[in-house]
Amino acid sequence: MSIEKFIDLVEEEFEELEKGTLKPDSNFREYFEWNSVNALIIIALVDSEYDVSINAEDIQNSESVQDLYNKVMQLKEAS
Amino acid sequence: MAIINVSNTRVRGIAACVPKKEESNYDYELTSEKERHAFIKMTGIETRRVAEEGVTTSDLCYQAAEKLISDLQWDKEEIDALVFISQSGDYILPATGIILQDRLGLPKTTMAFDINLGCSGYIYGLAQLGSLISTGGIRKALMLVGDVSTATSSYRDKSTYLLFGDAGTATALEYDKEAPDMNFNLQSDGAGYDAIIIPEGGLRNFVSEDSFKYKDYGNGMMRNGIQVALNGEKVFHFSMREVAPNIRELLENQLGKTLDDVDYYVLHQANMLMNNSIRRKLKQGKDKFPNSIHRYGNTSSASVPLTIVTQLKEALTNQTKNLILSGFGVGLSWGSVYLHVENMVIPELIEV
Repeated sequence: MSIEKFIDLVEEEFEELEKGTLKPDSNFREYFEWNSVNALIIIALVDSEYDVSINAEDIQNSESVQDLYNKVMQLKEAS
Repeated sequence: MAIINVSNTRVRGIAACVPKKEESNYDYELTSEKERHAFIKMTGIETRRVAEEGVTTSDLCYQAAEKLISDLQWDKEEIDALVFISQSGDYILPATGIILQDRLGLPKTTMAFDINLGCSGYIYGLAQLGSLISTGGIRKALMLVGDVSTATSSYRDKSTYLLFGDAGTATALEYDKEAPDMNFNLQSDGAGYDAIIIPEGGLRNFVSEDSFKYKDYGNGMMRNGIQVALNGEKVFHFSMREVAPNIRELLENQLGKTLDDVDYYVLHQANMLMNNSIRRKLKQGKDKFPNSIHRYGNTSSASVPLTIVTQLKEALTNQTKNLILSGFGVGLSWGSVYLHVENMVIPELIEV
């Protein structure tokens, strides 16, 4: 799955994000409040769409959307 | 693998009882409005029922049991077994189920005991009591299941206080040679024992004066040693990893059925985001997944029967349906049952 698709899914999940807001190099902490609730939403999204399990730390360590996407792809390859 | 098939046992009816007192998560004062809304959106929990101080799980179960016995027109003398499944009993000892035998006016020929399980308790209980009934030595039996979790959650801990609601339920089982099999897949993983835990008050960490002192764990989490601690992320990962495969193993590999053969999936009500994600993994529509979490919160072992009583009364009273019931959480412990039910007796929700 492409990063464009990944961005679409994230934008769908968060009402406060208008479509087309996020770019691969966006730092997503600038776009919505960072907290444990939002972390779980991302974890659930990745798990149900990509069938891999990321943890809150992976998300915390990701600066940009591209970083997070790369992490997901890396886990996907390893699985 | 614990794949258990129980024959000759029919689920005749289910009743549930909740406290009248309702709390709204919109009113919680210790987080910002924005955070409250985000929490409600993720978990789905808007309101919860809270037992008044001194009201126990067995009090709620007692009301549910009396109503169910009366609606079924059962003769109490024919009730040969009573099981109480809870993690909030009346006393450390004796077992609460025995007290309920007397309180309900059941004969001394009734066997009674407790099972100490939470979120998975309803499924484990059905497997155990069903197995006993299937031997033919028990005619009628009651399974009383629930928790008053609010008594042991800290108002100052946002990670637990907003989740739990109280409920007690009663399920009536009967020996019946015509009953279709109930099929179970039961699992456990004690490595995750501390994911949901009341750390003090048992023998491992005996109760002391310190047990009552509040400690600040940061980020809006303050509680004492005899209140529940919950690692949300750990529980979330566990549920996402284990629940869908457990159901698939049972349905597809053991029973040779498909996910589409199931009319309703009644999942433990822990968190709406989690249940929606499990539903997406099973590739099933929302209509097949009834929910009670919005109004009643996470009611521990009562969540599956409470969801049936509040959401499926019409569907299960006059019709024949195939159900998957699935419980998962504290232990860690989880399990599912494939169940074929018809013409169940389901009284209206009782409020006390």
